[in-house]
Amino acid sequence: MHAADGYARATGKVGVCLATSGPGATNLITGIANAYLDSIPIVAITGQVRADLIGTDAFQEADVTGITLPIVKHSYLVQSAAEIPRVIHEAFHIASTGRPGPVVIDVPVTALLGELTYKAPDSLHLAGYKPTVKGHVKQIRAAAQAILEAERPVLYVGGGVISAGASDELHALADLIQAPVTTTLMGLGAFDERLPLSLGMLGMHGTVPANYAVHECDVLIGIGVRFDDRVTGKLSAFAPQARTIIHIDVDPAEIGKNVEPSIPIVGDARHVLAALLAELQKAELVPGRTAPWLAKIAAWQGEFRLHYEQPAAEGVVAPQFVIQEIERVTGGEAVIVTDVGQHQMWSTLYFDYRFPRQWISSGGLGTMGFGLPAAIGAKLGRPDKTVIDVSGDGGFQMTMQELATAVNYDIPVVVCILNNGYLGMVRQWQDLFWNKRYSQTCIAVQPDFVMLAEAFGAKGMRVSSPEHVGEALREAIDSGRPTVIDFKISPEENVFPMVPAGQSITELIGGKASRKTRGAKS
Amino acid sequence: MKHTLSVLVENKPGVLTRVAGLFARRGFNIQSLAVGESEDPNLSRMTIVIDGAEHPIDQVTKQLHKLINVVKIRDLEPQYTVASELMLIKVAAEGEKRNDVLQIAEIFKAKIVDVDRRALVLRVVGATDKLEALLELLQPIGVLEVVRTGIVAIGRGRG
Ligand SMILES: Cc1ncc(C[n+]2csc(CCOP(=O)(O)OP(=O)(O)O)c2C)c(N)n1
Ligand SMILES: [Mg+2]
Repeated sequence: MHAADGYARATGKVGVCLATSGPGATNLITGIANAYLDSIPIVAITGQVRADLIGTDAFQEADVTGITLPIVKHSYLVQSAAEIPRVIHEAFHIASTGRPGPVVIDVPVTALLGELTYKAPDSLHLAGYKPTVKGHVKQIRAAAQAILEAERPVLYVGGGVISAGASDELHALADLIQAPVTTTLMGLGAFDERLPLSLGMLGMHGTVPANYAVHECDVLIGIGVRFDDRVTGKLSAFAPQARTIIHIDVDPAEIGKNVEPSIPIVGDARHVLAALLAELQKAELVPGRTAPWLAKIAAWQGEFRLHYEQPAAEGVVAPQFVIQEIERVTGGEAVIVTDVGQHQMWSTLYFDYRFPRQWISSGGLGTMGFGLPAAIGAKLGRPDKTVIDVSGDGGFQMTMQELATAVNYDIPVVVCILNNGYLGMVRQWQDLFWNKRYSQTCIAVQPDFVMLAEAFGAKGMRVSSPEHVGEALREAIDSGRPTVIDFKISPEENVFPMVPAGQSITELIGGKASRKTRGAKS
Repeated sequence: MKHTLSVLVENKPGVLTRVAGLFARRGFNIQSLAVGESEDPNLSRMTIVIDGAEHPIDQVTKQLHKLINVVKIRDLEPQYTVASELMLIKVAAEGEKRNDVLQIAEIFKAKIVDVDRRALVLRVVGATDKLEALLELLQPIGVLEVVRTGIVAIGRGRG
C-alpha cells in the first residue's frame, strides 16, 4: 500500500495496490488512512468472499467497505463482473480529480471469476461529483486587489500546489509580487528552497523566519493548505496581524474549517494561480513595495540560521550533517523519502528541496514504517532518479521486510537509518516536557542492520564517523543495489527549532545558536 | 438554531451508512433523520435536522457534499418550509382513563389505530411541538411506548 502511495507521490499518477480478502485487506488500513490524510490518489482493490456468502462471517471475510468508510474518498462493493469496467473507470476518475484520495474497490471472488465482454463505459455518470476547477472571477479579483495593497505578504503553500501541478505558477506569482514563500511539510518541493524568497517550512519544526513572517504578515495567501494544527499552533494566535487571509483550495470543506478566510477561492490551484497572475499582470504593481519586508526577513534569516554542533563523542555523526551530505553527494537532485520522527524533521530542515515530488513523506497521519515501501514505489515511478529513504531505527523495523521486495525486483533504493537507539521524536518530548522520563522509548536492543540487510541479499554498511558519510553514500548509490546504511548518530540530539504543541508559533525554542532556552517548558 | 437539511442522495446500498458515518466521524449530532425514495426511484431524499449552534452548518453541508453519492443539499428556511412528523403512542387506557385519552386524542386530531382492553394506540401527525404537547398530556395517564418517524420537510410553493 505504501509503495503504491510512494509511486503516486513520485509521479502524480494513480497508485494501485491489490490485497487478498480478510487479513490482506485489513492490512491496508493504515496505508489507506495515510493516503487519505495526505490526499494521495490510490485505487486499492481488495478481494472479497463469494457474493452469496457476504454477511455470513465466511472464512477470511471482513467488511472492508465498512471498515474503510471514514478513510476513503469513495468505495465500491462490486456485485458482479458486469460492474467491474464502470467501477474501475469511476474509481480512477474519483481518485485522481478534485482533491485526490484513496478509493477502495472490494471485489467478491465470484465477480473476479465471472465473465463479461469488456466495453469501456462511454461516459461516467456521477451526479453527485463535480469538483470545482476554476476559481470565482470576482474572488480572484478581490485577491489580486488585496495582494496589490499588501506590504507584508506571505505565500503559505501546501500539498495542493503539488497535486495540482501549480509549481511554475507559484514561482511566477512569488516573483511578480515579491512575496516570500513558506511551505508546509506536504508542500516541500513546490517552491525551490534555494531561492532568496524561500522561507522553508513553517509550523512546529519550521524555520524561525518562516514562523515570524507568518506572525507579522498583513496578507496571508494560503494555497492548497488546510491550516493544520502542526502548522498553526495555537489558532487564536496564528497570523494575528493578517488583515486579509486568502485561502485557495480545491476542497470547499477546507475553507473555513479551521480559519475563516476573508477571501475564499474554491478551485484547482493551477487554474486559480494562473487566473490570479493574469489579473495581477494587468494591474500596476508598485515596484519595491515589499522591499522593507524582504529586508526584515533577510535580517531574520541572518539572525536565526539553522545550527547544530558536531557531536563531542567519538563513534557518532551529527544527523543534520548526514542530511547535508545526502544533498551534496546527490547534487540535490535525489528524491528523498522519509519515515516519521526526528530524522524526518532534520530532512525537512537540512536539505533544500528544488522540484515538486522530490520530497515524499507521511504528513497527516505520520505513519512510521512508510519510508522503505514508499521509496520502493517512488523508485519504480522514477527509475531515472536516485531515491534515498531517510529512516529511523524505530520506523525502519516496522516494514523492513520490504527489503525482500527491493532485492527480489532489483529496486535499488538507499536506506539511510539515522540510528539513535531511541524512538527519538517521542524521547525528545519526554526530554523537553516530561523531565527526561524516558518511558518505552529506548530501542537500543535492535538487530544488526548491516547483517540484516545482508541476510535479505541487500548491501549493508555502517558509518560512525563524519568523514565516511559522503563516501558511504557514494558507494551505496554507485552499487546499484538496494542498500542499508546504518548511521550511528548522537543518541540524544533534539530537533530545533520547535514550537511546543498548542502554543503560538512565536513561542519557539532552540531558534538561536545559544541553546539556553531549551527545557524551558519542562 | 435548528437546521433542516433536505438531502438528495443516490438510491444505492450503503448510502445511509455513509451519511450517518460522516456525521459520527465529524462529531455532528443528528437530532432527526428520515429517509425514503424520492419522486425519482434512482434517488432518495433524506430530511436531517441538526443543531446549528453546536456545529457550523456550513461545515456540515460541505462535508456532506464531498460524499460522492450525495447529489444535492438544501438548507430549508423555516418560514418557507412545511415540516411534519408522525408519531405512534401506546397509552395505558383502562377504566376511566380511557375517556381522558379519547378526549385528548380528539383535541389533537390523533387517530386511534388500535384498541385493546388495556391500551390504545394513537397516531398523530404534525409539527414537532404539537407532538410534544400531546405526549406531555398523555404522560401522567401512562405512556407505554412511543415511536416517531423523524421530521420530513419540503419547501413551500414551486421552488
Ligand atoms: C506507527 C506509528 N507508531 C507510533 C508513532 C508515534 N511516533 C512518532 S515519531 C516516533 C519515534 C520514531 O522513532 P524512530 O523511527 O527511531 O525515528 P527518530 O525519531 O528516532 O528519528 C513515534 C513512536 C507513529 N508516528 N507511527
Ligand atoms: Mg530512532
